[in-house]
Amino acid sequence: MSKIVINIDGKEIETQEGEYLLNAARANDIFIPAICYLTRCSPTLACRICLVEADGKQVYACNAKAKDGMNITTSTENIEKERRAIMEVYDVNHPLQCGVCDQSGECELQNYTLEIGVDSQSYAIKDVDRSSHDWGHLHYDPGLCIVCERCVTACKDMIGDNSLKTIPRGADAIDAEFKESMPKDAYAMWNKLNKSVIGLTNGTDVLDCTSCGECAAVCPVGALVDTHFMYKSNAWELKQIPATCGHCSAGCQISYDVKHTSIENPEDKIYRVMNEWNYVSLCGAGRYGFDYQNADAVKDEVAFNAALEAFKKADTIAFTSTITNEEALLLQKMKEKFGYKLINPEAKAFQTFMKDYSEISGTKLYSSDLERVHTTNFIVSIGSALKTDNPNARYALNNSLTVSKGAGIYFHPVADPIIEGLGKGIMTVTHAPLQEEIALYLLLDLFGDKEQMPSKISEYLASFHSEKTITVTEVVKEKVVEIVKEVKVNEETGEEEEIEVEKSKMVSKKVEKEVVVDDNKLLELLGADDKFMETLEKNLKKKETFALMVGPDLYTHPKSKNLARLVALVEKYTKFELVMIPSLTNTLGVSLICELDDDKGSYTVGYNTDGDFVLSALGDGDLDMPAMNQQEGTLTSVNKRVNPTNAAIGYNGYELNDIANALGFEAENVIDYTVELPTAVGFKHEEFDNLPNHYENDGTEMRGYVLENVAVTLSGDESVDKFSDDKLEGSIIYLANPVRQFTPFTHKTTELDEVSGIYMSEEFLSNSDFNEGDTVKITTDNGELTANVVSDNKIKGSIVVLPTFDKNLNSEALFSGYRFSTASIEKV
Amino acid sequence: MSLEAFNNRNVAEGDYFLVDIEDYPTTGWDKFKRVVKRTFKGELFVGLWVVMREMIRFDIHTVQYPQEKMPIGPRYRAVHQMKRLWESDTERCIGCGLCEKICISDCIRMDTRIDENSRKEVTEYTINLGRCIFCGYCAEVCPELAITHGGEYENASEQREHFIMYEDMLTPIDKMKAGKQLEFEGFGAITPHEDERVKKTPLAY
Repeated sequence: MSKIVINIDGKEIETQEGEYLLNAARANDIFIPAICYLTRCSPTLACRICLVEADGKQVYACNAKAKDGMNITTSTENIEKERRAIMEVYDVNHPLQCGVCDQSGECELQNYTLEIGVDSQSYAIKDVDRSSHDWGHLHYDPGLCIVCERCVTACKDMIGDNSLKTIPRGADAIDAEFKESMPKDAYAMWNKLNKSVIGLTNGTDVLDCTSCGECAAVCPVGALVDTHFMYKSNAWELKQIPATCGHCSAGCQISYDVKHTSIENPEDKIYRVMNEWNYVSLCGAGRYGFDYQNADAVKDEVAFNAALEAFKKADTIAFTSTITNEEALLLQKMKEKFGYKLINPEAKAFQTFMKDYSEISGTKLYSSDLERVHTTNFIVSIGSALKTDNPNARYALNNSLTVSKGAGIYFHPVADPIIEGLGKGIMTVTHAPLQEEIALYLLLDLFGDKEQMPSKISEYLASFHSEKTITVTEVVKEKVVEIVKEVKVNEETGEEEEIEVEKSKMVSKKVEKEVVVDDNKLLELLGADDKFMETLEKNLKKKETFALMVGPDLYTHPKSKNLARLVALVEKYTKFELVMIPSLTNTLGVSLICELDDDKGSYTVGYNTDGDFVLSALGDGDLDMPAMNQQEGTLTSVNKRVNPTNAAIGYNGYELNDIANALGFEAENVIDYTVELPTAVGFKHEEFDNLPNHYENDGTEMRGYVLENVAVTLSGDESVDKFSDDKLEGSIIYLANPVRQFTPFTHKTTELDEVSGIYMSEEFLSNSDFNEGDTVKITTDNGELTANVVSDNKIKGSIVVLPTFDKNLNSEALFSGYRFSTASIEKV
Repeated sequence: MSLEAFNNRNVAEGDYFLVDIEDYPTTGWDKFKRVVKRTFKGELFVGLWVVMREMIRFDIHTVQYPQEKMPIGPRYRAVHQMKRLWESDTERCIGCGLCEKICISDCIRMDTRIDENSRKEVTEYTINLGRCIFCGYCAEVCPELAITHGGEYENASEQREHFIMYEDMLTPIDKMKAGKQLEFEGFGAITPHEDERVKKTPLAY
């Protein structure tokens, strides 16, 4: 990709070779009307309104690529005619119910109709029945739909659910006279529009997807809306609070749209969550899990004094990673001042993993981020239930597969139909738990530079290779010559006579052949299918950029140290760029800021977790704390970015800073600590109020700042252990949440209605005597729990998934660190 | 129309003239002189004579309020009214929220929801008359001619809030059934001959 100069409307602009004209124009503040195009997705070419003239030829700005010295005119007489006709067509039979439409003026149809100045209608067609559909969390009104297919594009190219498609509208054909009289592109666009509406891919009227709601967000009109928001408020009444989603480590940009609750209640309430959908895509939890605030908290002095007593008595503070950097720093300062032990097992595991990784990589942090993964060609994921650990990582993977012509391998013990459904490019390896080491060795083996690698490792890898002879059936085309007797009329005599004709034809024939192939025992150990190498070879064609995403399974793995070193080696000796997915919202921040301890002392103050005295933002503890949507502060995301978030709704109780102040610290607001975040680990000396939170027109992320990747002294020792032969077999349980759930906070919200229980795949349920709704008891070496069976069609295979979002289930107690465990499951 | 007459703000020229007003007396003596002059000038009797004259003539213009009332102009903007649809007698308000948006004293609020028939329903509607400046924007912006100003000026209460029960604003159903709902003719109402200016949209039926 090289820099080139193009000329749009007489303005010289610099852009990348091969960039779409529309994006180039937008990046330079030149307006080209466009409806159906979504940045980061492939061009749909449904609206055709982005017509421009490039070097004298009419092209669509959304899919025409920039070439050096190109001359572009965004508007000519003919283009104006086309655009006017297109907007008139969009207005044909569009209901005039703008007064009650939920888009309430944020409508691109309205905007462009006015922009282009459509003041009369020349076209008409008989309307068909377009009654609305209730798709659960979404409401689709085909009457309002302009079939720009942005929802379909977002679902396919970004989310990867492929739940929406265009279905036949069943309309009459367009009057033939229009074909002659209409501008060409407008007619073509109408022809397509008139044939389709949006429907569900599964052919039913029941939506079954990962419920992210991104389709409703991108809808330019009010056709697809969130059911919970229907007729609740006009967009213009809502105040947008720029924030960062606090549910997972992706740290997505969001805005909480708030307004007074009702006429009687002037307190602010969050009505919906919006995002810059051109540059960031939310998951269902981010979009619908917004009302987890600790409402009705008051300044309870008795509880506050009890909390102070508890802090004086305590020697340990236990907390979770759903916490801002500032509060984490405050805890660290308390540790330094009063000698508390800080307990956060999940962040501790991540911290240790990062440290082990640094010893070989020489950097404090991993090299890449999810934004880079979007444009990478080949992606490997190891040790993460991608769609639920970090939905954005899955979007990045899918976006690469569909738009960047990418491919990838997904290593995980729990088979995932959602990941498998992303496309042909994705290969899934369902290995046994504890075999993550082998997967990393396989990466070194397949992609590593064996010359550079420490000889010990390359020799070790070579020991798994052997030659074997296999019989391959090949299809060979052969020319076969046959002599056929034919009856022909002799032209001279006029009589019929039999003649012999030689005919040749191609016949395909199966030939068995013996070939010597390389046999990789690692593949066999992982349980990869026979065609693995063949498919991989095909998938690796024209791939230049590589990304490896590793997840929380590795951090708590019994051999996590060895895994961390292997990951660093993969990064060093292959072309893979590395992303580590932190297990919770601010795990990365906490692990950088806090010195964490292993063992609890005698008296524990729990912050959003169990303890002898509990501070809880869930409202169920001894002293109320503000939830993430009631706090300001910064969160460190998987993209190594320190993102600011603001308080969306009021909070009247005490917060950690009040306790700290009472204990001798001095800070008016907790954000006074933003500037003190440790620069030694990569944070910057920045005031909270100076941190931006938006995207530029060219997609540049202007959110907070990026952590500096601080260099760490190398140990020089690159030795790694051989992989162990351990693997879990039999009846296995896995600690992961269903789609749209992360923590007790998501569980608390009203729109996210996933039921708590033991998640079993449909396949497993049909092969076992368990039924949905059964009460079962799960017993491991660490304990037992009883809960109801929930059928989940978003997982496959026989591994049973235990969620962590329900505090009452206390499923973590069954595991000893590692996310997998063998267990016995029986009906009660 | 030429705007010259409006743009020329030089009052010293043209048709304007200064009213002949004497300077105010400043000294005590001057003040005393003015009192004497006014007392004995007999201006009081001029006024009394006018009353007397008109009484004898029996050409009285005074309206015998409250037995008699003057018709109120259609643009008069008193306490708001909510109109009903002629066709179905239901409320005209669709809950679009434009009155809420345009209100410059921010005194209108509404709560809406989706009702059982999947239509937008206004569950609650209030106007804070303590804040309302009766500018008429709400009536002007209303796309359904639902909110209008009324001509009712005879209000008395300790608080202006008392005039604004939603039920009181809404045309009573019996009045509606009797066909006695009056249309608002102020700003925002349909102007005469509106239909002649409408461009028709082609229909394929």
